[in-house]
Amino acid sequence: MNNTELLSAPRWLRCLAAALLLGAVASCVPPARSQSAVPSSAELALREQTADQQVLQVLNRLAFGPRPGDVQRVRTIGVDAWIEQQLNPERLNDDAMDQMLARYPLLQQDQTGLASQFAEAQRQSRLVKRDTAAGQAGVADISALKDARKSRAQVVSEIESARVARAVGSNRQLQEVMTDFWENHFNVFVGKSQTEAFYLADYDRTIRDHALGKFRDLLGAVAHSPAMLEYLDNAQSRANPGEPTLGAAGRRGMVVARGGGRAPGVEAIIIRRNLNPQQAQQLNQRAAAAKKTGLNENYGRELMELHTLGVDGGYTQQDVIEAARALTGWTVRPPAQGGGYIFRPEWHDAGEKTFLGHKLAAGRGEQDGEDVLDIVARSPSTAHFISQELARRLVSDSPSTALVDRAAQTYMKTDGDIRAVVKTIVTSPEFFSTRAYHSKVKSPFEVVVSAARALGAEPDSTPRTALAIAFLGEPIFGHRDPNGWPETGDAWMNTGAILNRINFGLSVAANRLPGANMRQLPGIDTLQHASRETQVDAVVATILQGAASPQTRKILMSGEHPLAASAAQQVAQTAAPADGNETITDATMAAPQRVKGAAKQQGLPGLGRALARNPVIGPAPQLKGLAQMVGFALGSPEFQRR
Amino acid sequence: MDRRVFVKSGALALVTMGLSPSFLRRMAYGMDLKNVPKGKTLVCLFQRGAADGLNVVVPHGEQAYYNMRPTIAVARPGQPSGAIDLDGFFGLHPSLAPLKPLWDQKLLAPIHAVGSPSTSRSHFDAQDFMETGTPDMKGTSDGWLNRMLAVQGTCQECQAVPFRAVAMTAQTPRILEGPSETVAMSSLGEFSVRATGSDVEQLEALYRTGSADLVHGTGQEMFDAVKLLRSANPQQYAPRNNAVYPKSQFGQRLMQIAQLIKSNVGLEVAFADVGGWDTHVNQGNGTGQLANRLDDFATTLAAFTQDLGDQMNDVLVLTMSEFGRTARENGNRGTDHGHATAFFVLGGGVKGGKVYGKWPGLAPEQLNEGRDLRLTTDFRTVFSEVAVKHLGATRVEKIFPGYTGGPQEWLGLV
Repeated sequence: MNNTELLSAPRWLRCLAAALLLGAVASCVPPARSQSAVPSSAELALREQTADQQVLQVLNRLAFGPRPGDVQRVRTIGVDAWIEQQLNPERLNDDAMDQMLARYPLLQQDQTGLASQFAEAQRQSRLVKRDTAAGQAGVADISALKDARKSRAQVVSEIESARVARAVGSNRQLQEVMTDFWENHFNVFVGKSQTEAFYLADYDRTIRDHALGKFRDLLGAVAHSPAMLEYLDNAQSRANPGEPTLGAAGRRGMVVARGGGRAPGVEAIIIRRNLNPQQAQQLNQRAAAAKKTGLNENYGRELMELHTLGVDGGYTQQDVIEAARALTGWTVRPPAQGGGYIFRPEWHDAGEKTFLGHKLAAGRGEQDGEDVLDIVARSPSTAHFISQELARRLVSDSPSTALVDRAAQTYMKTDGDIRAVVKTIVTSPEFFSTRAYHSKVKSPFEVVVSAARALGAEPDSTPRTALAIAFLGEPIFGHRDPNGWPETGDAWMNTGAILNRINFGLSVAANRLPGANMRQLPGIDTLQHASRETQVDAVVATILQGAASPQTRKILMSGEHPLAASAAQQVAQTAAPADGNETITDATMAAPQRVKGAAKQQGLPGLGRALARNPVIGPAPQLKGLAQMVGFALGSPEFQRR
Repeated sequence: MDRRVFVKSGALALVTMGLSPSFLRRMAYGMDLKNVPKGKTLVCLFQRGAADGLNVVVPHGEQAYYNMRPTIAVARPGQPSGAIDLDGFFGLHPSLAPLKPLWDQKLLAPIHAVGSPSTSRSHFDAQDFMETGTPDMKGTSDGWLNRMLAVQGTCQECQAVPFRAVAMTAQTPRILEGPSETVAMSSLGEFSVRATGSDVEQLEALYRTGSADLVHGTGQEMFDAVKLLRSANPQQYAPRNNAVYPKSQFGQRLMQIAQLIKSNVGLEVAFADVGGWDTHVNQGNGTGQLANRLDDFATTLAAFTQDLGDQMNDVLVLTMSEFGRTARENGNRGTDHGHATAFFVLGGGVKGGKVYGKWPGLAPEQLNEGRDLRLTTDFRTVFSEVAVKHLGATRVEKIFPGYTGGPQEWLGLV
């Protein structure tokens, strides 16, 4: 893809738009370089935030908060040049992150291979159960299933851990922010089915690859992804009985069959397996049930309501049905056969459709679905909906109509170029307004990741940091419903949430978050010999980005005044025994028997068990000196915002 | 926001002055609460995994039941491991023996052939539908218990009670998601600030700045709640009336719900769930897998009732499960995903000693899709009757949007 070409035309148009808006002609002089990051003086004049606030604003919104040194780095490069860098992640070196990610054993393996092993183990287990039920000795080895289940739980924990590690450590911060945004926008749920977990690594990669690309490409990648096909049931959707379908051989345009035909081979299976009458009856029932399957509207509906047009985007129930019909046959291969996307012509409703006023001729097969995606991706409703969601994430809970409209214009002019839309938003006067500054309440993901970054923590290759996020209420890939986690603060701020956040801060100060050690705080060597006031200044600067209320500063200043030299050390010693004997794999794998069933039926593999052990939030720690200040600062109201 | 401001200026702020929680509760509830019956609690228990209603409340008067379940039927009353007869036609599973005295005291009422009208056989979808209270509607974002609290009359004061709605679960369950304040915790001990010495006060001071924005307001409310719970002293709890709870997670969580009720912290809605009902293989009959689950279930409910004693007059326990199981046993001596099942209501206000719900029969032509117990009572009929009569809920159309049934369909449970 040629970025220069894609961006040049819209930049010119935006430039004109900006000129009209700002009444400034100077801003329409074409930039010297096509990727120039220099905003016009008129644009700069509209920024209410101070230079320092602008630096923090971009680090808090286009990144998951500053790491030690980041503020100085952005200041040196310049806010706008830094934004430009982040908008082009492919140009940023991220080797260290890639090397770290190579340490995840199961993520390096072929996920379909794992899914296939899992499916086979399950099949074996059913055989064992049947043999046992029939009073025969079990032949197959049940340990295969146990291994497969363990690997499934481990796949999930590796995916989650890797997602958090990237957010903490990647230089491509905006790409990670956008990945987080899109994975929430295109929500899928790990507990949807037994195999969903094995599709998530691919899903995560797909979304990251397209996070700043063309929206149509992202939408198409999601629509073809096994994770989404399975999650929103399109994988099961097929032509209603009586509708014409396409032939099994995939001969396009040839209407050769009728949907819902008799499931083949039931009699043959009964004879071959020598089933008794009861089993035969069961099989017949299952075949009868299968025959009744038909159109599933789930994906067709959410595609418009949540992914593109928005609930008021101007579509009808008939459009939902037509979209679902167009997408019939888009399904997933069984894991044993590779598990990827496949189009099944014999499931595809080959009749004519009318979708949002567009006629889709009969018998075109897979192209129907592509056309539906084209139509919704080009809709002004989608431009508006996506722009609004992005502005809500990046600017404020209630972004102004003017800003959303400008972003939507960019979307329409650039044929849905996400990079261009994001740039419109994050270089806008609204983004740099005093009202927007520090106005967003952090999500659980943002609380944990920004804490790790502020403390200069190494990315955590264990599941613990991800578990802390789950503990704060928003487990990764753990949202059951397709609407994703809410983007606004009032939705997740409640008494339980704030209690957990305070307890999280205390546990971080007690060295319970891997990678974040109070003995290795930024500048600890000089700090531990400094006055308490200097220490407080440092903690306020590092964790609260220099802005603490008088009350907060007073509390950080109060408390004992021990010889500062020994304070941090004492904390380290008191905190260490709590964790010293635990290995991390044990914490997540060794499950108390009693919660197993409940966690399983709630569909979150491993999470119930892991949370029951609560590896991050332990008993009340004795905190002193710097660690106490860190604990207080992380639990303060100031830290809950970005 | 108003609600939070109330907390600061209202009765709960007095906790800090060392007043007793019961006094507090009188203060909180003694205000003008015209539309809400005082001090009632609804305890909802979700049996996740689809409990087999036919083996829980056994239709021993139906020959078809025995024909369809050659190895897993619960034997007729009087036989070894046989059902405990209730009314000559239905009987309790023998593991539910601890509940029989409650039936005799007319505290317990089973409801049969009840459940969701949705035809979904997916645990995932069906639990969702039952918790949101909107069968076959996937877009509902909140749970019906939460909506009920949100729309309940003009009760500003009771909305300020921090423990008005509590889920004894690690995460907020679907049924309690929504606009009303709720607390989810896997144990009472967990609801505390994990800090030592004066650190707790220091942290609290961070939030008591006079600022009433979202973060500060919620933080102050949380510290009030923690204090309220601490003054109720849940760590020092001894069940009354020699009640003995099972050591199981379910038993311990119900014990903590009883603690909260007795602590007078204003608990109006409590929720807990219990798994293990998805009995596809080797389900057992009067003994075995399902029998073991029911043993824990019944022992817990009996202990809960005994522990609360007279306070059961203000408490109603409502059990539910996402769907029932196939009427016929499968090839693995188990049952597959079915349709209608059996619920229980238990409490002083319950008109117990009777099996409620129209019995659809088990003859082949009487089955749903030729395989499951047919549905004759929509779960929303039961839930709405309980919500209105026990908790004084209003505006059922807001709690169960799309539900067209009315009081004329109520079973007369309460």
